[in-house]
Amino acid sequence: MSTTRNARYWRRNMIVTAMLLLLWFLVTFVASYFARELNGVTFLGFPLGFYMGAQGALVVYVFIVWFYAYYMNRLDREYGVEEGGD
Amino acid sequence: MSDISQRLRRYFLVYTGSFLLLVLLLGVLERFGLPPHWIGYSFLFLTIILYASIGVIARTSDVSEYYVAGRRIPALYNGMATGADWMSAASFMGMAGTLFLSGYQGLAYVMGWTGGYVLVALLLAPYLRRFGQYTIPDFLGERYGGNAARLVGVGATVLASFVYVVAQIYGVGLITSRFVGLQFEVGVFVGLAGILVCSFLGGMRAVTWTQVAQYVILIVAYIVPVAMLSYKATGLPLPQLVYGEVLERVEALETTIFNAPAELEVRRLYRERADAFASRIDHLPESLSEERQRLSAAISEMKSGDASMRDIVVVERQRRELPQTAAEARDYWEGSMRQAAERGAPPIHHATPFPGASEEERDTSRLNFLALVFCLMVGTAALPHVLMRYYTTPTVREARSSVFWSLFFILLLYFTAPAYAVFAKYEIYSGVIGSSISELPGWIAAWSKVGLVAIEDMNGDGLLQLAELTLNPDVIVLATPEIAGLPYVVSGLVAAGALAAALSTADGLLLTIAGALSHDVYYKIIRPGATTQWRLLVSKTMLLIVAVVAATVAAQKPASILFMVSWAFSIAAAAFFPALVCGIFWKRANRAGAVSAMLVGLALTVYYLVRVQFDAIPWLGIHGIGMAPWFGIQSVSAGVWGVAAGFVTLVVVSLLTSPPSQRIQDFVESVRYPRTMR
Repeated sequence: MSTTRNARYWRRNMIVTAMLLLLWFLVTFVASYFARELNGVTFLGFPLGFYMGAQGALVVYVFIVWFYAYYMNRLDREYGVEEGGD
Repeated sequence: MSDISQRLRRYFLVYTGSFLLLVLLLGVLERFGLPPHWIGYSFLFLTIILYASIGVIARTSDVSEYYVAGRRIPALYNGMATGADWMSAASFMGMAGTLFLSGYQGLAYVMGWTGGYVLVALLLAPYLRRFGQYTIPDFLGERYGGNAARLVGVGATVLASFVYVVAQIYGVGLITSRFVGLQFEVGVFVGLAGILVCSFLGGMRAVTWTQVAQYVILIVAYIVPVAMLSYKATGLPLPQLVYGEVLERVEALETTIFNAPAELEVRRLYRERADAFASRIDHLPESLSEERQRLSAAISEMKSGDASMRDIVVVERQRRELPQTAAEARDYWEGSMRQAAERGAPPIHHATPFPGASEEERDTSRLNFLALVFCLMVGTAALPHVLMRYYTTPTVREARSSVFWSLFFILLLYFTAPAYAVFAKYEIYSGVIGSSISELPGWIAAWSKVGLVAIEDMNGDGLLQLAELTLNPDVIVLATPEIAGLPYVVSGLVAAGALAAALSTADGLLLTIAGALSHDVYYKIIRPGATTQWRLLVSKTMLLIVAVVAATVAAQKPASILFMVSWAFSIAAAAFFPALVCGIFWKRANRAGAVSAMLVGLALTVYYLVRVQFDAIPWLGIHGIGMAPWFGIQSVSAGVWGVAAGFVTLVVVSLLTSPPSQRIQDFVESVRYPRTMR
């Protein structure tokens, strides 16, 4: 019984990890690849391509890491694998 | 628990408050005429005394305290300590400077050194914490079994961390030589003492709390000068938000300066100089003796004429420094030619990504940018001294939030770095370029003495053109307060911050190297029965030896700081990343696969790095080994090839050999869940 529960926990972990990695890839590599084109747009007074590298991508990174911690801590509780309180 | 964390918070607030008071007090004393070098001394020595006291208070003889701080560092403080551990002399001094010199291209470091934490958070930190041993080679040894993976891991740890620690100690030497006026070599060893007082007695426990203290100093020191610059330029002390507007002004200044007739003239002269070097290289070896004759003739003519003694000495030195052999002359002149050609090339606007004369060059430049970002990110997620920090949290849950806090505290600085570069550029372009060379501000002379700033009146008009000014990237942060005419106390603060950044990183690295050698090699392989006292004694001896060797290397002043650090990233990325990630996510990965992947990745990276970067290694008597880069990828991004080759090797070799034992598969299963199922 517990093996299927284990497998389900692991699968949900894999899905959220994959989705967050995809987001990471998009803001890092895809956005940088098109930096020249994005620079045509102005955002908060910055050329957008420059802004993405200097601040935009960083904000997304923090969000990813925060969301992962939040999601996984909840998942741990749901599956009863969280550590005892100390 | 909450009692302890409340006490911690109180200590922390009192500490931060007293540091800010100290800065204000020194600022007031400066108004009343405290001489600048006293301010420099106060900052340097007071902070080092502070670190030393923390080191002594937190001394320990417990193995778990020594290696992983007893695994009871709360997420928030571990995040701060990781931030200080992470932000090195390169982040503090080099990054804003690189952004200053190369504009958009420098953002590769900003993104790379923060985005890597996404990989740490998603792929490594929680699993390593669940595993819960002492070092990264520990994990490799346990996961893949046997000593081979562990030993290769130790080798790669030492290699990557050593390059990195040399860069930190070099940074310390630079700061002490400029701000306290010590000789560079002496400064290096003073810095070494500062590093040892923290890590020697208390290991990871002392280093962690020192790093928390150092984080506060470094972040205050980084943000204060930019906030003041920002206030000066825009009326708002929030540089991160308002620098878009200043960036616009910089771009306008750039357009004017880049196209000024005097600048065009200077760049033409530099291109001519580059051509002259090229023709000399073509006419080797005759051109070498011609050059010597020409200089001799010039000297005798000057001596018979009424030239001043100083001019004659300059030419005589040129003749003395002339290379002896044709091969040396080629290297020497090629370097000079590249330098001259660089200054003669049309400059690039700050916000322009991927510059190049043709579409092809622009594509190569973009490819290099992406490759560098990749290497820095994967390297971040593979550097043992960062990963080790996640062994110190109490739980897996805290490890996850600790990555969040790490990234948050690191962001505070990385958000500011591009703003720093833009404000510094604005100050220099609007205040220094175009002014008379005889009336240049004092900072230029002060930093020329240390060899980080150089000017050359190429067109002889007595004015400073942009192309005539050479700035070492490390100088931007250290000199900005002087450039902007801020009070000296700000310069002292910046020096203390840079010192904190370099010392904290050096501490973490030394501990990592010493841990790998003493724990993994001595305890796990040579003498598994060693007593606790012996283990600590060996660890401390290793720490001392590694520190002294690193300082000795740093005293030789090897290549620029940022550059050396980038190598460490490629090395760590190629050696560790495939083996660590597959170790957690792919049960089928086995020992043969992991060991061969680490070796192949490491060997390919070092091979590429050396052959693309150097044509000759004189002290080994090797010449003519240079090669053309593959797809134009520069040597700093050598890890791209290493990581790719590592993954391929790991998969292929693992599938060709037998799967790992059931015991190891169970081990992999166990690190995947914070706790066994109920």
